[in-house]
Amino acid sequence: MINNQSSVKPRNYYIGFGLSLLLTLTAYLLVWRHAQSHHAVFTDSSLRIGVIVLALLQLIVQLIFFLHLNFKQNLRWNLTVLSFAAIVVLILVIGSIWIMTNLNYSHAGYGKTHDGHTLTSPSQTNQYIIQDEGVQP
Amino acid sequence: MWGKLNTNVIPHDLVTLGGVASMAIISLAAVGYISYKRRWKWLWREWITSVDPKKIGVMYILVAVLMGLRGVIDAAMMRTQQAISVGPHHGFLEPDHYQQIFTAHGTIMIFFLAMGLMFGLFNLIVPLQIGSRDVAFPYLNATSFWLFFAGAMLINLSLAVGGQFAATGWLAYPPLSELSYSPGVGVDYWIWGLQIAGIGSLLSGINFLVTILKMRAPGMNLMKMPMFCWSVLGSLSLIIFAFPILTATLTMLALDRTIGTHFFTSYFGGNPMMYVNLIWAWGHPEVYILILPAFGIFSEVVPTFSRKPLFGYTSMVWAIWGIVLLSFLVWLHHFFTMGAGANVNAFFGIMTMAIAVPTGVKVFNWLFTMYRGRIQFKTPMLWFMGFVATFTLGGVAGVVMAVPPADFQLHNSLFLVAHFHTMIIGGVVFGMFAGLTYWFPKIFGFKLNERLGRYAFWCWFIGFLLAFVPLYILGLMGATRRLDHYDASLGWQQLFIVAAIGVAVIIAGIGFQILQLYVSIKNRDKNIDKTGDPWNGRSLEWSTSSPPPIYNYATIPVVKDRDAYWVMKHSKNETSSETPYVPIRLPRNTSLPILTGFLAFVFGFAIIWHIFWLAPLCLLGIIATLAIRTTGDDHDYTIPSSDVAKIEAATRRGYA
Amino acid sequence: MKEDTAKSEQVLQDKTVFGFWVYLMTDCVLFATLFATYAVLRNNTYGGPSGQVIFSLPFVLLETLILLTSSFSIGLAWLAAQKNNKQLVLKLMAVTILLGAAFLVLELREFNHLAAEGNSWRRSAFLTSFFTLVGTHGLHITAGLMWMAVMWLRIYKYGLFKSSLRKITMLTLFWHFLDVVWIFIFSIVYLFGVIG
Repeated sequence: MINNQSSVKPRNYYIGFGLSLLLTLTAYLLVWRHAQSHHAVFTDSSLRIGVIVLALLQLIVQLIFFLHLNFKQNLRWNLTVLSFAAIVVLILVIGSIWIMTNLNYSHAGYGKTHDGHTLTSPSQTNQYIIQDEGVQP
Repeated sequence: MWGKLNTNVIPHDLVTLGGVASMAIISLAAVGYISYKRRWKWLWREWITSVDPKKIGVMYILVAVLMGLRGVIDAAMMRTQQAISVGPHHGFLEPDHYQQIFTAHGTIMIFFLAMGLMFGLFNLIVPLQIGSRDVAFPYLNATSFWLFFAGAMLINLSLAVGGQFAATGWLAYPPLSELSYSPGVGVDYWIWGLQIAGIGSLLSGINFLVTILKMRAPGMNLMKMPMFCWSVLGSLSLIIFAFPILTATLTMLALDRTIGTHFFTSYFGGNPMMYVNLIWAWGHPEVYILILPAFGIFSEVVPTFSRKPLFGYTSMVWAIWGIVLLSFLVWLHHFFTMGAGANVNAFFGIMTMAIAVPTGVKVFNWLFTMYRGRIQFKTPMLWFMGFVATFTLGGVAGVVMAVPPADFQLHNSLFLVAHFHTMIIGGVVFGMFAGLTYWFPKIFGFKLNERLGRYAFWCWFIGFLLAFVPLYILGLMGATRRLDHYDASLGWQQLFIVAAIGVAVIIAGIGFQILQLYVSIKNRDKNIDKTGDPWNGRSLEWSTSSPPPIYNYATIPVVKDRDAYWVMKHSKNETSSETPYVPIRLPRNTSLPILTGFLAFVFGFAIIWHIFWLAPLCLLGIIATLAIRTTGDDHDYTIPSSDVAKIEAATRRGYA
Repeated sequence: MKEDTAKSEQVLQDKTVFGFWVYLMTDCVLFATLFATYAVLRNNTYGGPSGQVIFSLPFVLLETLILLTSSFSIGLAWLAAQKNNKQLVLKLMAVTILLGAAFLVLELREFNHLAAEGNSWRRSAFLTSFFTLVGTHGLHITAGLMWMAVMWLRIYKYGLFKSSLRKITMLTLFWHFLDVVWIFIFSIVYLFGVIG
């Protein structure tokens, strides 16, 4: 695609379309069943991870089969710029989520302890900080 | 029909009117002069519709310098106010006005002076240094300049129409910048001036990246490229990945102010701290965008005036990429005090300290380049020496603040203000001055007066120390930034007076620079650069005439090694290949870029003043302009080889 | 001379398509900013509805399948352009335009429905970030459709000309990119929204 590759065959698109369809429907059905059923098979967070993994797989499928991205020489810079973009995107999104959640650090009830108890008061949070970090808050 | 416009938008107070009047007088004088000399057609043909990066570069620098003068006047006003506004005295500026001045000062200096000078030098030098005739997308390049110009004009217009600018600080944090606390048009001018200029910057980033990666002369693989181009490449990577964050964030603030969204409002679930997070995710890379090209300039100047190749080329390249990567990992250090926990603060504190390392590598490499060199203390080299002293001072101040507990004391104090001014003036501005004095003969064909250049440097250097060392001390004493008045009992006034004197000395330096230009232009016939290589340079741009022909190179050079021109000069092969000249295709002039800039300007104005029918029209106009441009296929013209031969022959005659 | 023009077209195509690729990377970061904002603000419903209440999975699946199919059809159109097959290009591009327009109509209906019941972007930070993220994608789709329509008309009237492949390549890249962004909107906005 990117640099006039006449070696690309229609087959790529059929495979890409088929795989994307599969990945989309899988994600959809997983969540649909989770929403419909009264007893959940997966926990919320593992379902989220599953959905993300499926999305990332579809991204790779589309990069390979629709955008014909490969490691050949003439696409070297495209790949480099894409990798850089991916790194920046990850830093921005994960960094922002981490920072913005962490701004509630000093509030009561911020997050849970390592073994899943929710902290519900400032004194609990204090005690937890002493235990967890070994310092007086 | 005309939105919020009415006769009350013309300002009443004297200080603002003074600003408007001076801008009006200068503009009218310029218009008058051009009319008197009957040069409108020439201006249109040679400059305004040009797509030649050598012309566009000069225009960027001109606009940048003019905006910079506005910024310096703002600084002088602030220093004066702070020197006299103690105890019972309240100076000559109202608090609200003072807030608009420091906001305008920061905004103008970063977005229009620094970025303008930078893009100017990119345009002037990069194509020449890589042995290319042009940039990758000449039309886009011109459009980027006119968008930059449109943004600058919006900022200037805010004084005259509306009489107010944002009073929020140069980054306009919400909730203060939200509609409920800033109901006027000031913040809107700020948003749209920056949004429009920012798009120009982003497009230039893409343009020069493709230029450097795809248009280098044959034989110039990346590790043979001049270090200035490497630094530019690093800066471009930052521009490309950071500016979209600014675009998105400014849009979100604009949506909050225009259609009632709730991104950063203090109610309905908005989170003002998210703005701070995002704006600094852009803002930190931005300062590295500014400093990397300055580093690149020093990497050209120091070897030339030490008459030695750059020490540690490979480590310099690694240092650039270390800086580029790390600059995306430190942004929280701008808001250590916003409430994050220890883990988050510690991570970003460590990253901030780490980023000082590659910078240190570069400084040492320049010093090692000088070691055992045969130094010539020409003006560009003086600027470098000034940089070493000041930047080191400011740099270590930065490392102090990288420690979160220390930053809790120093955040938003004058210590911080001194630090970043040291970085920007000592680093970026001194670097730009070094570059401008170094490359001036190449661009204009004659050398600048050395003596006046020296006087200018010393005034700037001493003035800078006088203006900012007191601020470091004041910061440590507890003085916060952005104060328009303070108590006499604090004992701060003397230091503020010293700082005000410092600004006066800097302005004397600027005076010397203006004088230097005047004298140099007057004496230009005596100082013509006949050889094209006044400094015995090392890179390809010095192989062209001064100024270069419009096509840069009649024959694209074949590069053998680093310091390509130095190698060419000193290789024994006198077979200067008499390759016959080929016809050269260059892009034609076009008026569409300035039209695009104009439409963008009106679009911004329309949104600011809520003239909501006009905005989509302008947008449609821009789309139509694009459609017109992409319909035509014949945008080039050809210089026949006979003409090329004539130009080259004339040049060689000039060398004789 | 002809060889020269072909070579210069190739050089121009390399530069231009690469430049467009770099622009798409900047668009990635733009969307990333909107995604980050959505992630931070998604639970700030301020008493208004959450994703679980307003998102309809079957509806979103339909949108997704339509967009995916349009990405498929434009890919085939690109192949046809490589083979210089004007008629096939026109047919496949027309299919893409129709599918894209259908997607847009569905999305506008969803927005309209939400706004009509009082759940516009003014209601809460969650809805603000939802409308902006999905709406920005929709604006890109609109721009792509306009571009495609203009391109279709030009090819219909003047046939495939020497700069066509370069322009079709950029358009196709753009459209594929929009489908990739939609994968993440579908997953992070709608699927996550339903999970809770």
